[in-house]
Amino acid sequence: MKMLKSENRKNTDVLKISNLNVTFHTYAGDVKALNGVDLSVKKSELLGLVGESGCGKSVTSLSIVGLLPPNAEIISGEVLLDGTNLLTMTKEEMRRTRLQDVAIVFQDPLTYLNPVLTIGSQITEIITVDTKIFLPRLLEHRLHEIAQVQNENGKLDAKLLTEQEQLNSALQASKLGKNEIKRLARKYALFILRSVRLPDPEKVFKAYPFELSGGMRQRAMIAMALVRRPKLLLADEISTALDVTVQAQILQLLKELKREIDTSIILITHDLAVVAEVCDRVAVMYAGDIVEVADVEELFKNPLHPYTRGLLASIPRADALVEQTSIGGSVPNLIYPPSGCRFHPRCPKAFAKCAQAKPNLVEVSPGHIVSCFLYGE
Amino acid sequence: MLAGAIVSATSVILALLSGVIVEPSYWNQQNPNVILCWNNPLIDWHIRNVVNCAGPIYPLGTDIYGRSLLQMIILAIPVDLQIAVEIVASAILIGVLLGGFAGYIGGALDEIILRITDIFLAIPGILLAIVMLVVLGRSIPILTISVLVTWWPFYVRLVRSQVLGEKEKPYVERLRAMGAGGFRILFRHVVPNSIYPVVVQATLDIGAVILTVSALMFIGLTPDPKYPELGNLAKQGIQYLFTAPWLIIFPGLTLLVISIGFNLLGDGIRDIFDPRLRR
Repeated sequence: MKMLKSENRKNTDVLKISNLNVTFHTYAGDVKALNGVDLSVKKSELLGLVGESGCGKSVTSLSIVGLLPPNAEIISGEVLLDGTNLLTMTKEEMRRTRLQDVAIVFQDPLTYLNPVLTIGSQITEIITVDTKIFLPRLLEHRLHEIAQVQNENGKLDAKLLTEQEQLNSALQASKLGKNEIKRLARKYALFILRSVRLPDPEKVFKAYPFELSGGMRQRAMIAMALVRRPKLLLADEISTALDVTVQAQILQLLKELKREIDTSIILITHDLAVVAEVCDRVAVMYAGDIVEVADVEELFKNPLHPYTRGLLASIPRADALVEQTSIGGSVPNLIYPPSGCRFHPRCPKAFAKCAQAKPNLVEVSPGHIVSCFLYGE
Repeated sequence: MLAGAIVSATSVILALLSGVIVEPSYWNQQNPNVILCWNNPLIDWHIRNVVNCAGPIYPLGTDIYGRSLLQMIILAIPVDLQIAVEIVASAILIGVLLGGFAGYIGGALDEIILRITDIFLAIPGILLAIVMLVVLGRSIPILTISVLVTWWPFYVRLVRSQVLGEKEKPYVERLRAMGAGGFRILFRHVVPNSIYPVVVQATLDIGAVILTVSALMFIGLTPDPKYPELGNLAKQGIQYLFTAPWLIIFPGLTLLVISIGFNLLGDGIRDIFDPRLRR
């Protein structure tokens, strides 16, 4: 176990999904939602996961956090987070992982907040749910704050000095009274709210979700996800429900946070403009397959897979030099997925082999992986 | 709504102050000199047999033990309210626990809890209470339990149905994604979000429970014939319906006003919580 971990730190893959197959059992038949997904996320990288609706983006993210609906079955595959397979974990281990290592932010911030509790109590709850893990960080944070005051003023007043002493002894004994924990949790929550650039965090702390605007709610949601400093943050269409200016702010925030707290982020979206704006690397999904992975510049300059090309050509362009085209046909019914490459019925360049076998992911140039018979092999 | 709130608030305040207004042991007294008399000059009953006794004015007359009926009613209101609150609060507690688990966990547990609930739901309430009081002895705790036995199933069903709807909401999914445990999600998030209809039902039920308890007392299942309880007071008066009608009119009227008050209050609360029903 230990060896595994140190091994993985070297190649710096925080998350590594390999050959993930997920099927939904429905009355109409088995929906083969994920068809051997391979994906890896490097440390402090912002990976964009794009694709049409129903291509398996959200299913991928839900299988990472182990929250697939009961009718879903993981047929095969591995999801390694820092070398530990999430799929073989017990329920309790999975809960711990969600508590500490993986966070997810959803699309519609209002429905994902509890309407009867204030933002503040919902954030402090995350902190106080398991103080054993969180106590050192709380204490260190407050000590850090006190140290900052000391730096600014040159010395501390009596009140802060006694507090500093108390906190230091608490840090050694790793024990603290319940009320003290609550007070520190509040301070930490305010700090987190400030760090997602919420104006007037004190007010937001006391506010109920309905009192906030859409952008503020989404910031609060991100704050909740960040409280535990996750290794991996899944952002599932977080900007879709917001208007364009707020969307830009949230994306900017995501970019800044990635730098500040050193978290890997998977940004799930169907908006290529968003991807171009913030992502380091992009993975394109189609009908349960990863069809192409590349650095963001490479992908936009040199798209290889016919689906990626079609996707890029379908973006409306202001300069009108390139004509906007759409991909013919529609996403296949995944109860009866097409044989071979799942894109072949819609592919302008399909040939006989495409219907017979599924192409493997081939590295065409460093970091640029594509799954298409037109390249390699 | 307002009328209901005023009546309910008045009865609760009266109940809280009753020990101050009337000596609590007053109900156990007997004054043979003023049995069944009426000396309030404001109402003339036009009944020949009405005895007009000398001495202080009894605003609502006296009963067969020679006690002032007004004081007896004031003593009876807290007794009725206390029993009602105890029954409803216990029913809510059982409902939230069983209904919460049944709805949230679902599956076999849901099935088991619901079938047990169905068994209790099938028992006719008043009948069971009568049997219990006769067999186990007539006392207030047994009365409370006997009514509760058939009262809690409604709350289990209510809470369960609410929890079923609430647990599918996105914020519950978010909590799960954040690693919150089942107990925390259920009791800190789902239950507080499903409690509104329970509050409405509880307010409406206070009136209903008071009526049920009084009905049991009225058919004679009292711990003591002199016991200050509105149904019992009416029961003692029924034999003198034509000679001393106040004995049944005033306790009955009090009962009516209190239960209508709580019903109006419950309706009002429902209107506030459920905008779809608002006219």
